[in-house]
Amino acid sequence: MSGADNVVWLGSPAFPQAARTALADTQLRANLRRATGTIRDKRLAVAAELEDWEDLRETAAAVKRHTLRHLDHHLLRLEKSVTAAGGVVHWAADAAEANRIVTDLVRATGGSDDETREVVKVKSMATQEIGLNEALADAGIRAYETDLAELIVQLGRDRPSHILVPAIHRNRSEIREIFRREMGEWGRPAPEGLSDDPRDLAEAARLHLREKFLRAKVAISGANFAAADTGTVVVVESEGNGRMCLTLPETLITVMGIEKVLPSFADLDVFLQLLPRSSTGERMNPYTSLWTGVTEGDGPRNFHLVLLDNGRTATLADEVGRQALACIRCSACLNVCPVYERTGGHAYGSVYPGPIGAVLTPQLVGIGSDTKSGAASLPFASTLCGACYDACPVKINIPEVLVHLRAEAVEAGRRKRVLPTAEALAMKAAGAALSSPGRLAAAQKLAALGARLVARDGRIGALPGPFARWSASRDTPLPPRETFRAWWRRTRTPANEDDPATGERKGRG
Amino acid sequence: MSDRESVLSAVRAALAGVPGSEDPDGIPLPDTPRADHAGPDIVGLFAERAAEYRATVVRVPAAGAAAAVGRALARTGARSLVVPPGFPEDLLPEGPWSRLEDAPPLTVGQLDRADAVVTTVATAIAVTGTVTLDHGSGQGRRALTLLPDQHICVVRADQIVPDVPEALSLLDPRRPLTLISGPSATSDIELERVEGVHGPRTLDIVLVVDA
Repeated sequence: MSGADNVVWLGSPAFPQAARTALADTQLRANLRRATGTIRDKRLAVAAELEDWEDLRETAAAVKRHTLRHLDHHLLRLEKSVTAAGGVVHWAADAAEANRIVTDLVRATGGSDDETREVVKVKSMATQEIGLNEALADAGIRAYETDLAELIVQLGRDRPSHILVPAIHRNRSEIREIFRREMGEWGRPAPEGLSDDPRDLAEAARLHLREKFLRAKVAISGANFAAADTGTVVVVESEGNGRMCLTLPETLITVMGIEKVLPSFADLDVFLQLLPRSSTGERMNPYTSLWTGVTEGDGPRNFHLVLLDNGRTATLADEVGRQALACIRCSACLNVCPVYERTGGHAYGSVYPGPIGAVLTPQLVGIGSDTKSGAASLPFASTLCGACYDACPVKINIPEVLVHLRAEAVEAGRRKRVLPTAEALAMKAAGAALSSPGRLAAAQKLAALGARLVARDGRIGALPGPFARWSASRDTPLPPRETFRAWWRRTRTPANEDDPATGERKGRG
Repeated sequence: MSDRESVLSAVRAALAGVPGSEDPDGIPLPDTPRADHAGPDIVGLFAERAAEYRATVVRVPAAGAAAAVGRALARTGARSLVVPPGFPEDLLPEGPWSRLEDAPPLTVGQLDRADAVVTTVATAIAVTGTVTLDHGSGQGRRALTLLPDQHICVVRADQIVPDVPEALSLLDPRRPLTLISGPSATSDIELERVEGVHGPRTLDIVLVVDA
């Protein structure tokens, strides 16, 4: 299966175009600024409570690095432990295979064929990545998202825009409208006279979903971690919908990226300290569920663990890029990113937005496989400011991977073209100008003059010709009327010592 | 080639550069002593942090525990109480509520209609204000503490440990484990925190201290 189809919906406009649309949405920018700012402050406060925060990050990075270097070993151990505890392990090389496995498992859960088949779902990045809901729908199976934000996204026929708070782009009145319009289509309708108070909206979601939890035969979840030595799988959440899905139905199917394995149960202590603080800015999330296979008389009778590759082994093969597989999906990098804060998650065109999406998505789908997919534009969706690296609890050097992938994207692009690129021509011209003071002065003078001709309101917007690719996604401030070099020559040369405009020297003499 | 073999061989091909002499089970970890996040008063810290999560925390001597459970039930007006197998009888108050036993197992419908559940805990964590259930005796299977709207936990002071690593080291991974920090909550709508989305809306912690 070709790369671009795996990470769902990538292929919509590439980042520069999508970002321009998003930037024009001032409401979106205001929502995002407030939301990311709030989570950012909370995260800093709770991280500062642990004086060994940096040591924890260091340890987490070391555990992840080591696990990835011996991934086959740990996956085989995990398979053995889960099987010994009464679970069944499946392997999926790509999205299509994973979807087929899950669909077959749901079909095998009994019940007559004409009954509407349905499953309840815990929010999961892996199942979004493979487009599981769509695949299940094609097979006549309804998948109900049970996380409140995912429910809002699903009922609104929308796409998630943030890893942690997928409906962050929606405000309360939009959510009320979605609930009033759509809930009846899927089950219990929204209560009469529903207000837009978050409390009432959450209550409507509770009532709507409760009947589904109580009758569901099959649940599908992702996994935050899985310990190879014991076979223990971990899901971290706040609402209790996770606990409902993990314990009430007869069958539980967990889809997990192969990179989520940890060597041992004891390793969880580092990650359970880092994850909640980094993601929601809480010391601990309200609910953490850990289960090992099946337990007689408590929880599901059947447990299936689907181990998903879908581009991860290709990522693993890149020794620089592989560190992106250490990601624990906390979303701290989104909340500190100046680019994400202005464009929001949809502009990235992938289930993984923000800085981590900019390094993970192109690797999962293959950066050179199809440049039209938009994946090749993602490593450029960054200012390389490094805030994401500082925030990452597992110390993924995102800027390093971005630069590495930019080189790959340029190389992939160059191979497809015979003529030199606009960048190459521009760099050549810049080299010539910078090598001679006279040429630089002339170029600056020309630029100042030229810029004033095309600028509006003191900003340079769209430029013609080869400059268009630069200006398409940037507003450039006007160059000064006078360059620093010209100002220095005018004000600091001996001939100007008596100049009343700069008259300090004379007065002191 | 099966998917299992194709994934494993792709992993191995990707890792061809890793020296065979490296020990897959020996992780080279930074040699730093673990910091103490809790301080000397772990009972006080647990009570404070659990309350910050909007759990209702009361400290009582052993003799007052049953009455404290009763007050928690009275506060919400609970009329039916789920009592897990093995829950200590001397911690149960007299009162107007009906008692539901989970033997034979209650149906999800019965649990959904129940107002409250009372349990003991496996351990509790001071730094994070967390109670931990391993669903052993007195704690019930997982559904019991999930469907009723009020969860009352009786925590003995000597069950409190300073931090997450100590708690995990005491737990048996072969049992189902649930770590609970405050009542069910969401911040999905404009980041405004709302309690009680799908799990219990109310978490009462009766903290039993010797005095």
